Amino acid sequence: MKLDRKEYRALCKEQEPSSPSRRTVPAAFAVGGALCLLGQVLRTLFENMGLDEKAAGTAVSISLIFLGVALTALRLFEKIAKFAGAGTLVPITGFANAIASPALEFKTEGFVLGTCVKMFTIAGPVLTWGISASVVYGLALWLAEVMG
Amino acid sequence: MMYVKAFLVGGVICALSQVLIDRTRLTPARILSAYVVLGVILSGVGIWGPVVEFAGTGATVPLLGFGHTMAEGVKTAVREQGVLGAFTGGLTASAGGIAAAVFFSLLAAFLFQPGDRS
Amino acid sequence: MSRSGDTLFFETPVWVNTWAAAVGTKEGQGPLGSYFDYVTRDNRFGKKTWEQAESRMIGLACEAALAKTGLELSQIDCALGGDLLNQCISTGFAARGLGLPYFGLYGACSTMAESLILGSVLVSGGFARRTLCLASSHFCSAERQYRYPLEYGGQRPPTAQWTATACGAAVLQNEKTAVGITAATPGRVYDPGITDAGNMGAAMAQSAYETLRTFFRDSGTGPKDYDLMITGDLASVGHGVVTELFRRDGMELGDRYQDCGMLLYDQSQDVHAGASGCGCSAAVLCGRILPDLASGKLKKVLFCGTGAMMSPTSANQGESIPGICHLVCLEGGL
Repeated sequence: MKLDRKEYRALCKEQEPSSPSRRTVPAAFAVGGALCLLGQVLRTLFENMGLDEKAAGTAVSISLIFLGVALTALRLFEKIAKFAGAGTLVPITGFANAIASPALEFKTEGFVLGTCVKMFTIAGPVLTWGISASVVYGLALWLAEVMG
Repeated sequence: MMYVKAFLVGGVICALSQVLIDRTRLTPARILSAYVVLGVILSGVGIWGPVVEFAGTGATVPLLGFGHTMAEGVKTAVREQGVLGAFTGGLTASAGGIAAAVFFSLLAAFLFQPGDRS
Repeated sequence: MSRSGDTLFFETPVWVNTWAAAVGTKEGQGPLGSYFDYVTRDNRFGKKTWEQAESRMIGLACEAALAKTGLELSQIDCALGGDLLNQCISTGFAARGLGLPYFGLYGACSTMAESLILGSVLVSGGFARRTLCLASSHFCSAERQYRYPLEYGGQRPPTAQWTATACGAAVLQNEKTAVGITAATPGRVYDPGITDAGNMGAAMAQSAYETLRTFFRDSGTGPKDYDLMITGDLASVGHGVVTELFRRDGMELGDRYQDCGMLLYDQSQDVHAGASGCGCSAAVLCGRILPDLASGKLKKVLFCGTGAMMSPTSANQGESIPGICHLVCLEGGL
């Protein structure tokens, strides 16, 4: 029979396994929630140590990033992430894993051209977009101020 | 109470992201980039501030919080230094996290071997 | 040798002298584990990089194949093979060790069938007494090139396939054995417009359907004339699509239609839709199909290597995924 692309795609759709969301969404909720809870516990701890709110926030980020990198280095991160999905990807641990995993993986190509170049293959866009959005926002704020 | 709110709000953000991943097959780099930008926007229009007040780390630990931190930093910097602040504020506020991620990753690459997954 | 339509017919078959498969640990734990000649305990094969590991695996498969019938490298006139890596480095580096005249092939996951066709043509045309045909893939080297670092925490969609760590090697010759290649159809490239790199089976299924149909037309035969029709690595999604396409043509393929990608692992091994990679069909052919042909358990088999002709560059540029399927007709118990 002659194949029509639309018909073909419909045929493929029929053969595809159903979406795994019933399992993945609760897993993402539980793990993502737990990481945020851990962040809150750390924040209380840092505040009790005398850090102000802003400093405590930065300390929480650094701690969770350390956790993400350490789990990546110990090869545990991808095992947890396979189950947790967005639960480990969306919290800042996902950002840490995005930088640590290529850094480790591509060390076979050398520390400069492997690790350091590839370090930003996944996280590069996140930094670029984040920085650019903040600059645009800053310019908008400044313009608003100048225009009165 | 703050612990419960952090868990619930953080959990809901991750669950919604999972729905997005399952439905659209957007790549992680796209989702994370979108979240950081969205964080800057939500913070800028004054929505994310109250959410952070309410849920604490439930709103700051997801990458939206990264955008929020940058937006807050820019706001302060522009107030203090004018147009220069638009360029320094975002990275200054997020410097701790970025430096930590880069440095710890380099350290991990020095100390550990990449692993087999198959 | 003659030709009808796209199909080449070897009136004097090209004979298969020997074969062997070397595989990784996960493949060794799968349902076909006991059929493979070499199952490694270390997916690094004692090497420093994944690329070197894959080269070593290729070397092991060749050594095992030659040892079976006591062949020497000097009795082979040329080697043809390929893998999934940029510039086919694993096979090229393995060929450095073989010291034979060497053709590097790229047919994505259809490479084993491609090398068998070209190897047969060389033997049948009298340009070589014996050719060594092989194909390999390694999960770790492919993953870091095509997708993400191995330590990256991501989820695979349910349609995704698992690149097999496996290599198959076979020696073709002009002296009679129990197994021969009697016909072959080099595939054309078809593109049904699938853009999701996590759904390769769907992208390749059309090419498998078209090549099989071309072969049936050129040879004047039908599905009922074969004990086994086996596609390379369409996995569950693509296998279902091919079955359905033939059903719409009024042909039931039934149990005689199988897919290498669905045989290599079992459900508990968490590989989603099934296996993929050049090594998948190569190892299933050399581990399971060729021995069954030699013993006479199988008489006529259509081995259809399937490949997705895409790269990360084409995917990023928004291109759809074209597929190819090369068919080889094998007869056993001769």
